[in-house]
Amino acid sequence: MKARIRRARLVETVMKTVTGAAAMLIIATAFALLGYLLYRGGPSITWEFLTAVPRKFMTEGGIWPAILGTLLLTFWTAVFALPVGVLAGVYLSEYAKRGLRTRLIRLSIANMAGVPSIVYGLFGYALFVIALKFKVSILSGSLTLACLTLPVIITATEEALRQVPSDLRQASLALGASRWRTTYKVILPAAAPGVVTGSILGLSRAAGETAPILFTAAFFSAPPASSVLDKTMALPYHIYIMATQPVKPAPGVVWGSALVLVAGISIVNIAAAAWRSRARKRIRW
Amino acid sequence: MAFRRAAETVVRVLITTSGWTAIAVLAAITVFLILNARQAISVVGLTKMLTGKLWYPTSTPPLFGFLPYIVASLRATFVALLVAVPLGVAAAVYISEFAGRRTKEVAKTIIEFMAAVPSVVYGLLAVAVAGPLVKEIFNLTSGLTILTAGLALGVMAVPTIVSISEDALHAVPDELRQGSLALGNTRWQTVQKVIVPSAASGIFASVMLGLGRAIGETMVVLMAAGNTMTLTWSLISSGRPMTAVMAGEMGETVQGGLHYSALFVVGLTLFLITFVINLAADTVLERQRVRWRR
Repeated sequence: MKARIRRARLVETVMKTVTGAAAMLIIATAFALLGYLLYRGGPSITWEFLTAVPRKFMTEGGIWPAILGTLLLTFWTAVFALPVGVLAGVYLSEYAKRGLRTRLIRLSIANMAGVPSIVYGLFGYALFVIALKFKVSILSGSLTLACLTLPVIITATEEALRQVPSDLRQASLALGASRWRTTYKVILPAAAPGVVTGSILGLSRAAGETAPILFTAAFFSAPPASSVLDKTMALPYHIYIMATQPVKPAPGVVWGSALVLVAGISIVNIAAAAWRSRARKRIRW
Repeated sequence: MAFRRAAETVVRVLITTSGWTAIAVLAAITVFLILNARQAISVVGLTKMLTGKLWYPTSTPPLFGFLPYIVASLRATFVALLVAVPLGVAAAVYISEFAGRRTKEVAKTIIEFMAAVPSVVYGLLAVAVAGPLVKEIFNLTSGLTILTAGLALGVMAVPTIVSISEDALHAVPDELRQGSLALGNTRWQTVQKVIVPSAASGIFASVMLGLGRAIGETMVVLMAAGNTMTLTWSLISSGRPMTAVMAGEMGETVQGGLHYSALFVVGLTLFLITFVINLAADTVLERQRVRWRR
């Protein structure tokens, strides 16, 4: 009996160490990844690198057109995806009845989230670039990215709305407010932190995507875009092209761009998460 | 008042329409893939494409067999799962069952960071870090192999597996945990005999979603897998998964041509594979959701 207990305790210690080591290994990998990016990309980051246009076939100067392109693509993605995504989340949380129809919608959302990004690229190419004749442009690219981001925004919105206690909902309805007024004046404001943060996470993922914009928006070398019908440079695409070019460019450009992209996305995500936790403290029920 | 009611109706229609967009987009994707794939399927034949070993889209006559690419996708995904499943599930168990609150918070933040790093950056790291390592260890002429890309895919799949497994473990009601501990089981015995079996479906779903992510990933395999058509099961030789074929060739095709259409067949195949994977994961997750609903 005692031996069995001792053995069980030993197994426990061993397994705790093994699973802990797995967790540590993952954390170490993340730190190594970040450290390596800083080490390789850090020296390239100068004011000129961020704000100047490329010179000498991209080997010198800055990456401003690529940064601007990514910002524009993300902005238009938000314009297309946010209204529909938030309303769809409202539908699922506030309007939809339980049943086959709703189950089907949920299933579609789950499946949309799992569709490979390159398939979105093909779809965007066939629909926006060719069928709708938007050409290779910011418009085509951001519509493609909007499709990809939609499931993230819908899920985030629905979850945030569901966390609002039903007391609030019922109190508002009891006062005679209609369903939409209740949603608009009571539920959405209370759920705003979750909705906004979730949407930002989704959009920042879109900002880092390469495959969907390969044939819908991105171009190797383009001047800063002046209209949504222009093709554009974009950070992820720039990294891909510069890293796989037969003639090796200055590696500083590649790693510098990678660091700018990762840092940009991380900063936005951290800011969003921090804002959410502050806003959550303010709204209490 | 009448105006109010009319506005309410408009809003309701708007919201309901938005609710249906997910179905609409998914249907549109299916329709457009099929429409564009039709030409190649009728001219070349689906079986011939799926089982053909040669892909020479510009030769005369052109050949569109993409079996080597399907196998390459499977090889890379296999490596990814080999890395990500043990690591991810073990870490999820630790984070959910053993870690203190502080460690839990830190680990979750870091895993969120890993999930947010764009795939093209993982591709860059695979080429620059994993490539030379693989080349050195296996004494190869090039470090760009399925193993190289698969390792990066594994790292990318870890966040998915950890967070969904952790959710599943966390969702196991505390009474089960307390009950087992009260019977004199150690924490590990509880994990092994009570928690993990109860969360098994969620863990399975996390593996399926990680699998879907790995098989559908483009940039890493495009940059780090070596881009060759060899049909082999070896993990340390190069290859070209389906996603890399589409990303690499779509830009060069004549729009509406046979090559263009053949790439849509590849896309449709991948779409169907991931569809089945996601359906399996979602069905299992839904069952679990119903089970723990209290």
